[in-house]
Amino acid sequence: MAQETQTTSRQEILEGMKIGLFIPCYIDMVYPEVGVATLQLLERFGLNVGYPLTQTCCGQPMSNSGDERNAEAAEQLFVDNFKDFDCIVGPAGSCVKQVRCHFDRMEQTDEVKHVRKHTYELVEFLHDILKVDAFPWAEFQHAVAIHNSCSSVRGLGIAKPSEIVGVPFDKTANLLSKVKGLVLVPVDRPDDCCGFGGTFCVTDEAVSARMGLEKAHDQVRHGAEYVVSPDMSCLMHQQGVARRAGLDLKYVHVAQVLNAGPF
Amino acid sequence: MSIVKQVNPVAAAELFIIQDQVHEPMHDRFLWGTTQRRNQQAAAIPEWEELREIASRIKEHMLTHLDHYLEEFEHNATKRGAHIHWALDASEHNQIVYSILHDHGVKELIKSKSMLQEECQMTPFLEKRGIRVVESDLGERIQQLDGQPPSHIVFPAIHKTRQDVAKLFADTIGTDPNNDDPHFLTEVVRNNARPRFLAAGAGMTGGNFAIAETGTFMVCTNEGNADIGASVPPLHIASIGIEKMIPRVEDMGVFLRLLARSAEGAPLTQYSSHFSGPRKNGELHIVLVDNGRSRRLGMPEFWHSLKCIRCGACMNTCPVYRRSGGLSYGATYSGPIGVILDPTFDEFKYSELPFHSTLCGSCSEVCPVKIDISDQILKWRRVMAEKGYLPLVKKLSFGVAGHVFGHPEEYHTLQKAAGPAMDHAPYFLLYNNSLNPWTRDRELPQVAKQTFREWYLANRSEDGNVQN
Repeated sequence: MAQETQTTSRQEILEGMKIGLFIPCYIDMVYPEVGVATLQLLERFGLNVGYPLTQTCCGQPMSNSGDERNAEAAEQLFVDNFKDFDCIVGPAGSCVKQVRCHFDRMEQTDEVKHVRKHTYELVEFLHDILKVDAFPWAEFQHAVAIHNSCSSVRGLGIAKPSEIVGVPFDKTANLLSKVKGLVLVPVDRPDDCCGFGGTFCVTDEAVSARMGLEKAHDQVRHGAEYVVSPDMSCLMHQQGVARRAGLDLKYVHVAQVLNAGPF
Repeated sequence: MSIVKQVNPVAAAELFIIQDQVHEPMHDRFLWGTTQRRNQQAAAIPEWEELREIASRIKEHMLTHLDHYLEEFEHNATKRGAHIHWALDASEHNQIVYSILHDHGVKELIKSKSMLQEECQMTPFLEKRGIRVVESDLGERIQQLDGQPPSHIVFPAIHKTRQDVAKLFADTIGTDPNNDDPHFLTEVVRNNARPRFLAAGAGMTGGNFAIAETGTFMVCTNEGNADIGASVPPLHIASIGIEKMIPRVEDMGVFLRLLARSAEGAPLTQYSSHFSGPRKNGELHIVLVDNGRSRRLGMPEFWHSLKCIRCGACMNTCPVYRRSGGLSYGATYSGPIGVILDPTFDEFKYSELPFHSTLCGSCSEVCPVKIDISDQILKWRRVMAEKGYLPLVKKLSFGVAGHVFGHPEEYHTLQKAAGPAMDHAPYFLLYNNSLNPWTRDRELPQVAKQTFREWYLANRSEDGNVQN
């Protein structure tokens, strides 16, 4: 009984929270359906979600290349846009990692600290904060291989990295296993980097493409029809490689599966 | 003054990949398999993560008390009858080794594997002075016969196929080029090396660990070649980096459990030998080498790299290294550890190395002494950017992008202008499309007809959004 009271009040707290929707620049332009799915999914849980219209980019392409000077304006704008939200949720592990781990060169004001601490990747937000135990609206009758990005696994801890000795866990798999009809297929190299790596995918094209091709073959070999990931940027690269190689695989974001579309 | 050129790992890695359909897949598969064995071995030890933490702390303690442990080692090793030499840099090291050899009238030297001697470019130095140097480690001998440096810290010739080795032995030793049976090839080297052990006037080794408390040092090999080299000729010279100090002999219980499991997924190397002073009627010289290490120790962001025990686990797990081959790094140390060590020798020459990484982070997780390798790679990128060593295309495009991303009005105007005119995206703001190599091996994603922002304005803007 006590537990029920607790759950109710937790739900009330969550509903009273202002959630900032962080839609990374490439999702805005190339994969708007992922943004729509994320927003609709958060709204299904009765959350008060706001989308700051002046958001651009988190600064990652520059920051990742060590160019902090040119990343600064984008980072400052991000903080200005999201400082008034209780939680900030983005459907992109590497962009969230950029905010949480790499906004460390700017002055650490209370606003900066608040934004860094309260920015969540979608899977960890659903899994750790909302603690979602069912997606009754979702059904996905397909064989799915998961691609958890390196930023999500080793940066944000949404799954146990294969190098670390310990009890295995995978928050993405945990959420997807609650979707009716969905069958998870294992792959040989689940958390070996796919070779996207941000600007790496164009500056180190040959190595990047070879890594991506290995990924796609691994997925096909295990009978995956779909590859589902919390990071659309990795999938953008994998999809490009798979299509060029003529491999029959579809790549979608975890938000699309959990929200039952749009695809 | 010679003009230093930047190494170009991207171009070299591409050559490694496109040379044929054999080398890169073999290299990747072997090292991936080694990583899997490492993971299994590590998982069999419940306290593995604790061991890594203890090892890291021992190394940190040692490095922050390095002067003390070096003197303790010198004192105890001297008591055991070893001669200790101090080398400030590579040229002092080479000069010291040469003087010892010269004083003993040594014309031929047999040596086991030592990355430090590679770092010092010792072999060409000695050969120029008339001393014949023969590598006794199988992989190193292959590389020596081929005139190449080692491509991996632990597996020096791992980028070569059996067929490559058969051909090389045919050319250099005169064996059958079509016989690529590994047992045959190993026997060839064995027979080739044996007389050299007997002829050598001195044997050289490196040192995996130097124990301050006892004045002894350890050499770990699988072939036992270091042991023969140190035991047959009357003179043994060991080159040891000053960061190899270990405070107490009992600490070896930590490091030996980590080393071979991390390096090759085996519980122990076949030989883990303690050298405790000279043999009867023999001489032992230990050259303790700095060569930039104390300077590195003074670098707040990079001194942790001195914890390295040269196991190569970061190379095996690195997806970029596995596809590139070690020689493509153009440096003594390749792979993730090379990316963070090499720039301490020459920032400009190795300025491209930190970009030859996806920052996937696997190297940091696999490292038995918990070096924050991946974070250091990013920090080196910052150094390169501050020094103005960023590739020109990044410099120009980041200047523009950095400005646009900071100014939403300009960003959205540019998005609108670019959208319809352009049928592809990813780094539309960062790279001129004609230079963009995305499409060489990939199809382009389609830019959506309506951005998320436009969809939001059309579908949600009446919701009383806080930002409206």
